[in-house]
Amino acid sequence: MAKSDGEVKVLGTWSSPFVMRARIALNIKSVNYEFLQERLWEGKSDLLLQSNPVHKKVPVLIHGHNTICESLIIVQYIDEVWSSAPSILPFEPHERAEARFWAAHLDEKWFPSMRAIGMAEGEDARRAAIGQVEEGLVLLEEAFGECSKGRPFFGGDRIGYLDIAFGCFLGWLRVTEKMTGIRLLNETNTPHLLKWAHRFCSDDAVKDVMPETEKLAEFAKMIMGRMRGAGKS
Amino acid sequence: MAAEEEVKLLGFWVSPFVLRVEWALKIKGVKYEYIEEDIFNKTSLLMELNPLYKKVPVLVHHGKAIAESFVILEYIDETWKHNPLLPQDPHQRATSRFWAKFAEQQVFEGAWNALCSQGETKQRALQGTIESMEKIEGQIEGKEQFLGGESIGYLDIILGWVCYYLEVWEEVGCMKIMDPVKFPATASWMKRMLQHPVIKDGWPPREKMIVYFRQRSEALGSSSHGWLRV
Repeated sequence: MAKSDGEVKVLGTWSSPFVMRARIALNIKSVNYEFLQERLWEGKSDLLLQSNPVHKKVPVLIHGHNTICESLIIVQYIDEVWSSAPSILPFEPHERAEARFWAAHLDEKWFPSMRAIGMAEGEDARRAAIGQVEEGLVLLEEAFGECSKGRPFFGGDRIGYLDIAFGCFLGWLRVTEKMTGIRLLNETNTPHLLKWAHRFCSDDAVKDVMPETEKLAEFAKMIMGRMRGAGKS
Repeated sequence: MAAEEEVKLLGFWVSPFVLRVEWALKIKGVKYEYIEEDIFNKTSLLMELNPLYKKVPVLVHHGKAIAESFVILEYIDETWKHNPLLPQDPHQRATSRFWAKFAEQQVFEGAWNALCSQGETKQRALQGTIESMEKIEGQIEGKEQFLGGESIGYLDIILGWVCYYLEVWEEVGCMKIMDPVKFPATASWMKRMLQHPVIKDGWPPREKMIVYFRQRSEALGSSSHGWLRV
């Protein structure tokens, strides 16, 4: 198919959940790609600055002459270009709307609430931040019920858009659990999500791109150390 | 029309997000029932249809509710396929979605933050918004008609608030963002938008908007927590 010809590259980092979204989507479509790792702490590469001049962020997808930025936009692009391979977005418009709605919620509300835990100063603030994330997970547990309709993934029998949008955060979620000593996903409040998380991380499209929790935790310590050293909070 | 084919739109008279959805429905020629919500006195209907955010717009179709204007626009485009809002080509679709997100986060949020803040915070928000407008100007430059091409499309709809709301916010906020000398392509695009049959007569009454945004910006400017949307 002419449209899907052309070299595919992903500019990104191994630790970024947003970069992971692009890689999972390409894996679902069995598309070979070159992964160009940015070492963001050492300064952004010329390629990154040229291909994403507006935001200068990863991920960037380079497909032939096309450059695409913003992880969820990249995932939709991948779904639309490699349209004969397994679909990422659901088929039915209302289910597509539901998947987009929750993906936007994850980016605009839930993930920022998780980041807020690491930035909270003082025990009260930390507890409040953790509480917000837990409430958010209960909502996502309900969303899972509505979207999956008894099947293994948000997308149904296979990983789909919302699985990718949410699942990419599982590495960081586990790091947060390690650092707080609290099981954010648990049998009491989020029994379905707990099982879904194992299924997601074991999936062929995911397992080689999901970073190990230990490695991510070390990386988190390093970033926080650098940020404190640089006088930022 | 069978009951479940009916389209309902929950809205609020001054919401630019609701206006977007109305434009999209009109472009597609979809008949809908408009239900006005008082967002300061929310009905149980709104709470039931949008339990997470309790906000408008909410589109109801086939008995199911869809919330968030960006999500609703894509739903409308996928459900009624004539007069497409997004381009067909995947790369062009990605580009439209990219600039729509940029416009929302950098121009809309920036202008709103500038409206509702004072002093240094206001200046920073203004500066950021103007820089973002420059990038939007770059996207509009060279477009003879609309961002969607010959007809209005997704990005025109997302940015459409600029054509009327921005000037109201500038007056209320004593600030200047849009400058036809600095942004000539944007200024021409705004003129064409304002003449478009689907857009031209649908704006809320200007004097009411001035009163409303004056009250809102004062209320939000004096509160200690973060910005709320319209």
